[in-house]
Amino acid sequence: MSDSQTPTSAAGAATEEAPVEATAAANAPSAQAAGGRSFLPKSTLLRHLVVVLLAIVAAVVILEITDPFTNSQLAQLSYYAIAAGGLTVLTGLNGQVSLGHGALMAVGAYTTALFLQADEPVPLPLILLVSTLVATVVGALVGVAAARLHGPYLAGATLALAVGLPGLAIYFHDIFGGEQGMRVRAPQPPDAFKDFISFVSGNSATGTKWLAYVGAICLVITYFLLANLVRSRIGRTWRAVRDQDVAAELAGINLGTWRVLAFTVSAAAAGLAGGVLALVIRLAAPSGFTLVLSLSLLTAIVLGGLGSLLGALLGSALLVFLPPFVTDLGADFGLDNTEAAQLAPFVYGVVLIVAMIFAPAGFVGTVRLRWLTYRAKQRAAAARSSSGG
Amino acid sequence: MSFLAAATVVSTVAACGGGSDDDGGGGGGGGGGGENEASDIGITEDTIKLGAHYPLTGVAAPGYSEIPTGVQAYFDWVNDNGGVNGRQIEYIYRDDAYNPTNTTQVVNQLVLEDEVFAIVGGLGTPTHSAVLDFLNSEGVPDLFVSSGSLLWGDDPEANPYTFGWQTDYTSEGKIIGEYIAEEFPDAKVGLFLQDDDFGEDGEEGIREYIDDQIVAAVRYTPGNTNVAPQISELQAAGADFVVGFNVPSYTALSQLTALQLGYQPEQWFYSNVGSDPALVGSLLARFSQGSVTDASLLDGALTTGYLPTVDQTDNPWIQQFQEIWEASGQEGELTNYRVYGMSQAYTTVQALQAAGQNPTRDGIVEAIETAGADWQGPVFAPYRYSADSHMGTSGMSIERIVGNGSEEVQPVRITDIGDAEIEEFDGEASAPPENGIPDEESAVD
Repeated sequence: MSDSQTPTSAAGAATEEAPVEATAAANAPSAQAAGGRSFLPKSTLLRHLVVVLLAIVAAVVILEITDPFTNSQLAQLSYYAIAAGGLTVLTGLNGQVSLGHGALMAVGAYTTALFLQADEPVPLPLILLVSTLVATVVGALVGVAAARLHGPYLAGATLALAVGLPGLAIYFHDIFGGEQGMRVRAPQPPDAFKDFISFVSGNSATGTKWLAYVGAICLVITYFLLANLVRSRIGRTWRAVRDQDVAAELAGINLGTWRVLAFTVSAAAAGLAGGVLALVIRLAAPSGFTLVLSLSLLTAIVLGGLGSLLGALLGSALLVFLPPFVTDLGADFGLDNTEAAQLAPFVYGVVLIVAMIFAPAGFVGTVRLRWLTYRAKQRAAAARSSSGG
Repeated sequence: MSFLAAATVVSTVAACGGGSDDDGGGGGGGGGGGENEASDIGITEDTIKLGAHYPLTGVAAPGYSEIPTGVQAYFDWVNDNGGVNGRQIEYIYRDDAYNPTNTTQVVNQLVLEDEVFAIVGGLGTPTHSAVLDFLNSEGVPDLFVSSGSLLWGDDPEANPYTFGWQTDYTSEGKIIGEYIAEEFPDAKVGLFLQDDDFGEDGEEGIREYIDDQIVAAVRYTPGNTNVAPQISELQAAGADFVVGFNVPSYTALSQLTALQLGYQPEQWFYSNVGSDPALVGSLLARFSQGSVTDASLLDGALTTGYLPTVDQTDNPWIQQFQEIWEASGQEGELTNYRVYGMSQAYTTVQALQAAGQNPTRDGIVEAIETAGADWQGPVFAPYRYSADSHMGTSGMSIERIVGNGSEEVQPVRITDIGDAEIEEFDGEASAPPENGIPDEESAVD
């Protein structure tokens, strides 16, 4: 085992401290540790259930006060955020880098597309569940191979997955529709949904709105499950494997098993995200699952703050909302449509570089570090003044 | 080609049609007293908003990203000359980087946020497939898709709002097959196909005529840049006549690979999509890192055409488009891609005029179905638009590439999908109307 990931002493070089700072967002203290001023319940499960309730109310409010286009953007946000949530657990908590999550999303998307092709498709929740399961199985297989690798070697292996897997859709083009993929006819909104919408806001229950709700529901469920997992013994074990693999192994933790488990959980999230993507995009095609998708997910979790679900959500929001915003801004400043379109990837790159320089812990990580520093200073000041007085 | 006779005919028609806009709508419902109204989403008293998606960034951007600049130049020209029925055309095109995920996003934005009247010339088969159901379920006219797939036109019942525009790949394959059967009956034909609908449709058409002449059919996967196995298979099968249904980068790759393997078939034939000599020349230079500097490898290769090309400087359409391009003041030269865009924009203006003084989304569909088959324009052969077919133009000429241009070796022949016969096109080539702006009568009411 290499000890490169094991920051041994304060004298460690900057390179050894970096991973610790980069994953600052992942090391959330539990409510108990944060002090007694929280109004949330002490029990993790209860606390998360309260947050879920709040999230559902917020989702309904947001989806009902925004226009149809924003609804469609939020539907997109949901599948990015689901996949990024899974990836941030893998990368932020367990320290494995995956460049192959786009391919795992493809597995989920194609499964959904295949099931929806049937004349009388099975219910949507079941289809999404099966998509998740299929991706989980693929993820477990990849995870077994990947558990023996870490760092750049793991990145390389998963990169092969991202490049290779969409090629299968082209090779078996009779089943998967080849280059132009499989068109997905998203199921119509059920009557209960229409009644719900007319009861809540009186808006028209369009297909776009229905898909946005499907995405939001999947997102909330995924994050609820992931958040519980992160706060459980499993999450703590993952963090131990990430930070001190030698110590973890000495403590009786089987590194390989836990790495495979992290990869599998993460793949499940990617599979569900792929299923939602297929519904929202109405298509499962190889060109939708390029390496760019996998890299975008990685940049999203890094920008948001590695290991934090809130960070994954924020990073995904940036992915969805920044390019159209920049393009429109460019057009307002008199650029023609082509130049404005070229501005978006440029600005995204600049944001990424600036974040890496000034906020290497990502958004959530930086805020948390600042907050901890502030608290520490206050305590120190309090200690000084009490000892002085 | 002689355009003189046609010019006379068209200008006479134009003269008759002139000024008929006002009384054209007089017969019935919408047009009434000749007042402009905000008759549908994206239409105001003095504007029409149109949208499109193109790859402006990414791998598919070279060449294709020029198309919307051509469209823009033509709409600017129309706007400067009074617009369509007094309405200025607002044209918004957005980048999808040839990724269907992005296409969904930008078309959502165009339809839901920008609230365009219609999508015009959306580019690409996989990309546009992603929005086909959405546009048709929302009832947004989806005009003149920039792709030759059969998806856009062969089933108007399933996709009532979508219209194709360019010659579909099956018809193109049929015309190529017939030409080979007649001119090269002893050739051993090898097919070099893109492994998707493009290659499949083309192969289906070509096999209707020369199934027994084909000695090998190889397929490449877009994105995989090594085509040596495919080219050697053609070589091993003894093919001396290679027909390619491929995109421009694979024209360049197949040429370079054949050069490396010492494979010299007597004749290359590239379908229209893959044969733009200027683009292929620049790709050849890039892929060969300068060892090959221009498209001279392509010299003598055959291809098909359905639009005039920029090298035909005596063609009145090219002269007209040149003038429009210069007037637009955009950077760069007039290219075949820009001619393509302008020609699509020309058809769009015809459709808008035919939709009457106060167009509606359903009205423009009806107008294209009723009148579209009679429209003249830069496209060589007539469109097949009717209530039963939304397929675009039906015919192609066969051309030989010479330098950066081409010369005609077989005049335009027309056909249709399925087992329709191939016939000589007996119509006259049209010439641009005065000012280069069509003047169609309203076909609704």
